[in-house]
Amino acid sequence: MIRLLLAAVLLAGAALALPALAQGADPSFERNLAAACANCHGTNGVSQQGMPNLAGQQRTYLVQQMKDFRSGARPATLMHQISKGYTDEQIEALAAFFAAQKAK
Amino acid sequence: MSQFTRRKFIKAAAAGAAASAASSVILGCTAAPEARKPVGRVIVIGGGYGGATASKYLRMWSEGTIEVFMIERSTEFVSCPISNLVLGGSKQMGDITRGYAGLRGYGVQVIRDEVTGINVEKKRVGLKRIEDLPFDRLIVSPGVDFMHDQIEGYNTEAQKTLLHAWKAGPETTALRQQLETMRDGGVYILSIPKAPYRCPPGPYERACQVAWYFKQAKPRSKVLVLDANEDVVSKGPLFKAAWRDLYGGIVDYRNNNDVKAVDAHAMTVKTDFDTIKGDVLNVLPPMRAGDVARTAGLVTANNRWCGVDWLTLESLAHKGIHVLGDSTLSAPAMPKSGHMANQHGKIAAAAIIEIMNGRQPNPQPVITNTCYSFVSDKEGIHVASVHRYDAGQKTLLAVPGSGGVSSGRSEIEGGYGWAWGQNIWADMLG
Repeated sequence: MIRLLLAAVLLAGAALALPALAQGADPSFERNLAAACANCHGTNGVSQQGMPNLAGQQRTYLVQQMKDFRSGARPATLMHQISKGYTDEQIEALAAFFAAQKAK
Repeated sequence: MSQFTRRKFIKAAAAGAAASAASSVILGCTAAPEARKPVGRVIVIGGGYGGATASKYLRMWSEGTIEVFMIERSTEFVSCPISNLVLGGSKQMGDITRGYAGLRGYGVQVIRDEVTGINVEKKRVGLKRIEDLPFDRLIVSPGVDFMHDQIEGYNTEAQKTLLHAWKAGPETTALRQQLETMRDGGVYILSIPKAPYRCPPGPYERACQVAWYFKQAKPRSKVLVLDANEDVVSKGPLFKAAWRDLYGGIVDYRNNNDVKAVDAHAMTVKTDFDTIKGDVLNVLPPMRAGDVARTAGLVTANNRWCGVDWLTLESLAHKGIHVLGDSTLSAPAMPKSGHMANQHGKIAAAAIIEIMNGRQPNPQPVITNTCYSFVSDKEGIHVASVHRYDAGQKTLLAVPGSGGVSSGRSEIEGGYGWAWGQNIWADMLG
């Protein structure tokens, strides 16, 4: 788990301003945020059935989807309402976490 | 300890040890088991949405360094969400029942037992079948219990025929049987207590499901909803549209109708205005924190609910004891839902791991809520919200501009509602 998180931080850090460090370097910051998604999308984003799988998706794709839900560019039944509860920084952290998870 | 209980205890402990050994494989930990230093023991009371989630996440996130005993009196988990579809007949009990084997795979020591008491000073939990168990920290997640005494005549004898079925399980099956044996042309009465109660949209979904059943099987029958509240508590316009469009002539909704008394022989309920006779009386009593939380002295509000610190879910009455789910005094705009209890479990698990390792808990938790309701066998609606910790007000508050309800009922959302169940059950039970 720690290795995965480190990998996520390094990957994210290569492209943007280290969202985890911006939060005071709490190594669990991304993990804790992402746990709120697991109810519907499965533990660590590995969906059982009927909901999009988030684990192993590309980070930039996940960020774009959340922003498109928020702006209304991507229509949704529910995610437009959820996405409006998250800041850009939080969306980057969520995306970094799920991109670093293994898809099954 | 008698020979019998000692044997039971040893058996339970051995099973737990085997599960702990297996867990290091499942979790894929790179460190050798002996290199991981144990940091203590957490006992979790209750294997529902809150307790099971906390148990799994404590094991997963601590990488097995925290020992977790989960005490649950049932052999299996039966979900309250989606149980209304069993009453309607489109789902069976097997569809909403799951085992605890997955949690054992994470190294949670699942103990089937009943808590007889909590000694908060000595940090021990008393149990019916085995010797009491010591803990370093305790999680209490018992759901709700019922205030039958608030309704005149709702005594233990009356409770044999007048059911609430507000905990999924044997009462769900029994209420379904009452509906099946009811004559066509009969009246099913559902009474709703004043909020807060478990699952705000639940009663209105139930009205839909019973009406759906009547429409198929007993079309001359009626669903009479007596609501103590001023209006439908959750998803009002969506439920009213379903009653009008799908169940016209079947559902009769009456607000401001607080059931004050019942008569199990005459089969009547009494409000301030009327005495009404029905064929099946489904009376939901007012609710409060589970009895185990009450007797442990964790109730701090209105003699009903347990106040908690929303950064850790730690009780405001006792340090080192965390309360989850429906038993808590809800934060503003936070529903008593299974989804929320799951989120409580994760905040608590993360916080306990930090505290037990001498670190500060996450200062800014963000959690979501999503409640799907089925208005027929296939069509669903939802209410969703996002809540984040406000350091100034020291509570979780809904994020302005987030959240909302469905634009209308749809089969797509019915599908999502079912998928929600599959995913959250896997998330909490492994």
